[in-house]
Amino acid sequence: MKKFGGPVLFLDRSDINTDEIIPAKYLTEITKEDLKPYLLEDLKLPGFDPKSSETGKCRVVVSRANFGCGSSREHAPWVFEVNDITAVIAESFARIFRQNMFNCGMAAIELSKEDIDCIFSFAGAGETVIDIDMNSCTIRAAGGGRVESFNFIISPFDKALVLAGGWVDYADSRY
Amino acid sequence: MGKTTAEKIFAAHLVDEPFPGTRVLRLDTVLCHEITTPIAIDDLVRRGKDRVFDAKKIKAVIDHVTPSKDSKTATQAKILRDWARRHAISDFFDIGANGVCHAIFPEKGYIRPGNTVIMGDSHTCTHGAFGAFAAGVGTTDLEVGILKGVCAFREPKTIRFNLKGKLHKGVYAKDLILHIIGRIGVNGATDRVIEFHGESIDEMSMESRMTLCNMAIEAGGTSGICMPDMTTVVYLWPFISSEFPSKEAALAEYSKWRADDDAAYETVTDIDATLVEPAVTFGYKPDQVKTVSEMAGEPVDQVYIGSCTNGRLEDLRIAAGLLKGRKIAPAVRGILSPATPKVYSDALKEGIIDIFMDAGFCVTNPTCGACLGMSNGVLAEGEVCASTTNRNFMGRMGKGGMVHLMSPATAAATAIEGKIADPRRYL
Ligand code: SF4
Repeated sequence: MKKFGGPVLFLDRSDINTDEIIPAKYLTEITKEDLKPYLLEDLKLPGFDPKSSETGKCRVVVSRANFGCGSSREHAPWVFEVNDITAVIAESFARIFRQNMFNCGMAAIELSKEDIDCIFSFAGAGETVIDIDMNSCTIRAAGGGRVESFNFIISPFDKALVLAGGWVDYADSRY
Repeated sequence: MGKTTAEKIFAAHLVDEPFPGTRVLRLDTVLCHEITTPIAIDDLVRRGKDRVFDAKKIKAVIDHVTPSKDSKTATQAKILRDWARRHAISDFFDIGANGVCHAIFPEKGYIRPGNTVIMGDSHTCTHGAFGAFAAGVGTTDLEVGILKGVCAFREPKTIRFNLKGKLHKGVYAKDLILHIIGRIGVNGATDRVIEFHGESIDEMSMESRMTLCNMAIEAGGTSGICMPDMTTVVYLWPFISSEFPSKEAALAEYSKWRADDDAAYETVTDIDATLVEPAVTFGYKPDQVKTVSEMAGEPVDQVYIGSCTNGRLEDLRIAAGLLKGRKIAPAVRGILSPATPKVYSDALKEGIIDIFMDAGFCVTNPTCGACLGMSNGVLAEGEVCASTTNRNFMGRMGKGGMVHLMSPATAAATAIEGKIADPRRYL
């Protein structure tokens, strides 16, 4: 099964919305690739710079509750995808965003508040790297000389979508 | 054990349950607009699957940016237009006939009680006002909906609000839904269907119910749902009169979608409607809600009346009631965007457009426009807009702009005073 992982970008706030992930004015772009420069452009967080090299390097986003709320725009997962970010780990997700991630064959993984707090305790001590194993449903976080592991639950349907590479092929072969 | 409305609709539309808790439903209607559909079309073409499951069940509109403002938006419109022609989608609304999606589709009678509806737009929850299950989805779900006429959902949990008593004069569906979102938070209904019950809902027009359900998503809700009743039947009658011998017969048929008395809800919350006051948002999240009394006096640069939340005839009538014979404050820019051509022409006939123009408003063609910061009233950095729309995210109506969400009445009072103002003094 597909592996997800890499350097982490910490976004330490709840309710990060789709307008912050990709502003509406870029919805007129016709291809996913065109979205690439605008990742998280309107997000204002202390210490966060959408154009920094840390942001550019990251492959996994870790955030708090209700991530991806707001619009149904799939441009939000796409702007992550074209920036090679294929997984978001958060306390909870907005329904449409979470479904869009899996529909695109990407991962939106929920952990408890305690586990998310624990991952956030890695922030600020150099680079944190996360590995996600979709088979065993485990996450391994490493950074600053520490390693922690977490278990997560993913619905069999979401797992099937990741396996099939997305919902279009899955649905077309079955319905 | 009885069923909620969503449970009844799910049971009647179930195609498959590939895994426990995942329900694949047959869709009655797939709605499309030119922002989220072109990429789905492009993907279908690239996969060699440029087909539609049923051209009659697909409805499409160009609404977000219309007339097109540049070559990119013109290209999006063209992709949707060409596709609609290619597949003989006859319910397609282009310039001259187009209006904001969640206003024009119900106005055409497309949404019926018990329907399953999806659209690549988060405010699709609006259509639950008809006792339908209507959910916003992303482009991939939309693509599969277009191709196969199905969509997968998790089993719905329903939360129920009972509105006790009547709303006071000057308090509207918009104030009620802002009040509810302020109470439960932007995450308060995530993965939940919200059912609205009670006296103040029973008395509401379909327009008001649409306003209410429109903002279910701002609390994370999958769909807002009102119970179908005689108000629903009367609204739909011009479209369904050939299907039923009488309105009573239609009511009897549609009533089967009403939630059972012994349905199980995840939570049931009673709200005293008599305590709800005109409400205004103050921050960048729709749950940051205060009463208009707490917010009164905040200066604004622009007042925007329109959108799928509050751009219908009822909304224009209410605002015009306050604006009649008055002028808006000199420092304020007033913009009215009637949500559909029918709203526009009805408002013209009723003299409402004259009232707005005499007061100093600019009247635009029906479009989403400024609601999502695309055209027709985008804010400059640091500007403040009093708006009847549904979303106040940072940058929503223009980078660095601030949006205060409110009812059309509060927006009209605010336009008159140039600062956030209580509408009740003008009623
Ligand atoms: S009016 Fe605003 S909220 Fe409604 S569909 Fe258009 S952009 Fe979306």
